[in-house]
Amino acid sequence: MLKTFAKGGVHPPENKFSADRPIEVLPLPAKVSIPVSQHIGAPATIVVAKGDKVKVGQLIAQSAGFVSANIHSSVSGTVESVDPVLDSSGYKRQAVTIVVEGDEWEPTIDRSPELKRTIDADAQTIIKKIAEAGIVGLGGATFPSHVKLSVPTGKKADVLIINGVECEPYLTSDHRLMLEKGHELMVGIQLLMRALGVDKAMIGIENNKPDAIKYLSDISKDYQGISVHALKVKYPQGGEKQLIKALINREVPSGGLPIDIGAVVHNVGTAFAVYEAVQKNKPLFERVVTVTGKNLAKPSNFLVRIGTPVTDLIAAAGGLPDDTAKVVNGGPMMGKAVTDISVPVTKGTSGIIVFPANESRRKADSVCIRCAKCVTACPMGLEPYLLIRMSQRMMFDKMEHERVLDCMECGSCSFECPANLPLLDYIRLGKSEVNKIIRARKN
Amino acid sequence: MDSKLVVSPSPHVHSGESTSRLMFNVVLALMPAFAVSLYYFGVGALIVTLLSVLSCVLFEYLIQKFILKVQPTITDGSAIVTGLLLAFNVPSNLPWYIVVIGSLFAIGVAKMSFGGLGSNPFNPALAARVFMLISFPVQMTSWPLPIESRLKYIDAITGPTPLAILKEGLKKGDTISQIADQIPSHLQLFMGVMGGSLGEISALALLIGFAWLLYKKVITWHIPISIFTTIFVFTGILWLINPEQNADPIFHLVTGGVMIGAIYMATDYVTSPMHPKGMLIFGIGIGLLTVIIRVWGAYPEGVSFAILIMNAFVPLINRYVKPKRFGEEVKRNG
Repeated sequence: MLKTFAKGGVHPPENKFSADRPIEVLPLPAKVSIPVSQHIGAPATIVVAKGDKVKVGQLIAQSAGFVSANIHSSVSGTVESVDPVLDSSGYKRQAVTIVVEGDEWEPTIDRSPELKRTIDADAQTIIKKIAEAGIVGLGGATFPSHVKLSVPTGKKADVLIINGVECEPYLTSDHRLMLEKGHELMVGIQLLMRALGVDKAMIGIENNKPDAIKYLSDISKDYQGISVHALKVKYPQGGEKQLIKALINREVPSGGLPIDIGAVVHNVGTAFAVYEAVQKNKPLFERVVTVTGKNLAKPSNFLVRIGTPVTDLIAAAGGLPDDTAKVVNGGPMMGKAVTDISVPVTKGTSGIIVFPANESRRKADSVCIRCAKCVTACPMGLEPYLLIRMSQRMMFDKMEHERVLDCMECGSCSFECPANLPLLDYIRLGKSEVNKIIRARKN
Repeated sequence: MDSKLVVSPSPHVHSGESTSRLMFNVVLALMPAFAVSLYYFGVGALIVTLLSVLSCVLFEYLIQKFILKVQPTITDGSAIVTGLLLAFNVPSNLPWYIVVIGSLFAIGVAKMSFGGLGSNPFNPALAARVFMLISFPVQMTSWPLPIESRLKYIDAITGPTPLAILKEGLKKGDTISQIADQIPSHLQLFMGVMGGSLGEISALALLIGFAWLLYKKVITWHIPISIFTTIFVFTGILWLINPEQNADPIFHLVTGGVMIGAIYMATDYVTSPMHPKGMLIFGIGIGLLTVIIRVWGAYPEGVSFAILIMNAFVPLINRYVKPKRFGEEVKRNG
């Protein structure tokens, strides 16, 4: 029997329309807006000014602290402005807007297509290069990768887990990357293994991608210590804690990190970016984005420069269907609905999903019938029916006791609720209030 | 396209499940049992069932519209389920006014006075059944004989249920083997050829509905299976100790309200625990109480009382039996 995580989980319809579409290079946009806050942590400090000429791969914003990330220009051209721009968060945030002129890359970047298998760098150099390249978790969490690789003293990693699960419906960017960049991915994994000092890496892939499982299993024989594992399809298996549980049957303690139990998890997209950064000297300024939707003419996977307006992606995928009422940045379970399709693609944009009107609005909610489907669905063993009541009654201290902070906002409870209750909305409110309580207690 | 986009927090997709769909599946699951009831009890079953469903829906509508002054929610189907279950728990020759009074009690007292769907501590149909049993003990315990009563309603030919025959016989001092010839065979009991409440008789039909509910993921196995197992083991032990004084475990499973109670009444979402562990405790409690009432109690049948008593424990179970949180125990085996 195939492995999966034990507790909870749901089976949303997969709708992976773009699974067979090879990655296409999206034509250069006329203009990009590159936000300086594309990652978890401090926004990067801008190091260019209006009127500056920049090249592809040039540093335009410097990491502002340990948990932060460098940001590079994705195009060559002239800085038009350094002003707040509306991004997928729904807010206007600081960004560097560049008018594209030609496509002139930094000469240090190795643009040859040859696979570079030999690894010369040592662990410290690899981590340094990853930090310089501004690599963050490309699965959507956007946590700076070099931080994850810097194992705190007293802790030790014994296994690297590579997330090729792509459990979100619709999304296929990781799937295509695994099929088309398998060898680069393997070298990237070996780089990560060396950086962590582990001799074992496990790639977890859900069984709805048999071609990727087969291909990577075949080529993994040439790469010492890397194994491929097929997993039973179940959302949210791509959650770090769920994937670790599924693959090595260890549970990250509540409030803890994977490193506490000896594991480090990186996404396949991140591993590929690590390959490019270390072997090809190429900073992270482009990524694979799935553009999809039930009524979209041409669901696609594009290689996109960071900062490209979403409008361009949708146009290249056949244009916005007439009945569109919602556009989501990310997957349908955890992604964010954007307020405007002109927002830029950022490092965390794994997909753009266009929803027709009849799927855009929530149905009216009714009363809780205590069916317990939310309790059964919760992968963290929480009780959403109880948490929503506590949140509505502002019993936030009780919510803390019920471990609301363990919630990773996967949305399984709201997805399952037959009464259409906004369970996760209220749980989010509770989480933010509990965090305030905890901060107040510390001060 | 309109220039304004819908912006709402994730998740952006939904399973499509709804309260009315769940209730509809329960109604579907009860149809085999209803068909058997129509076959054995005929006209009476039809009249009592229709009347019970109609009055439950009507009372819910009237109470919501004119007393609570809220938007009536009869389309969620829960009143239909209550009406069906209420009818299935009474004899098919029950006079119409008792059916109506029972429906009023189920919807008005047991459901709406506690706040309506989702808030009632006791299963409405069962609370009403017990209310009717206490208020109209004669009418509620006269059981039409199957097949012979097909074309009759209140004038049906009646006889005792197998459980009543057992209770009476043992009280007189008879042994099981002396009583045995008055009771239909196990196979007949399983098919439903016996006197009893109109929807409870056929274990086979009720089990078909159980399979449907499991297939449609309306309920989980925990409550019914823990009830069956507890009753089987408990009565099995008693039977092994003294087979002349105690009926065998299969007999206990296929008679009375065990099947309908375990599959359709104890699994009522609102009045059962929220976690599998709690559900098992709940089911074991119902099984134990059922056997205790049947074997040592005054009534021949104890499923209704057992479920209602365990309903009262549900808040306690929910409070103290928590699901195991992820990451509660730190595992390190590498």
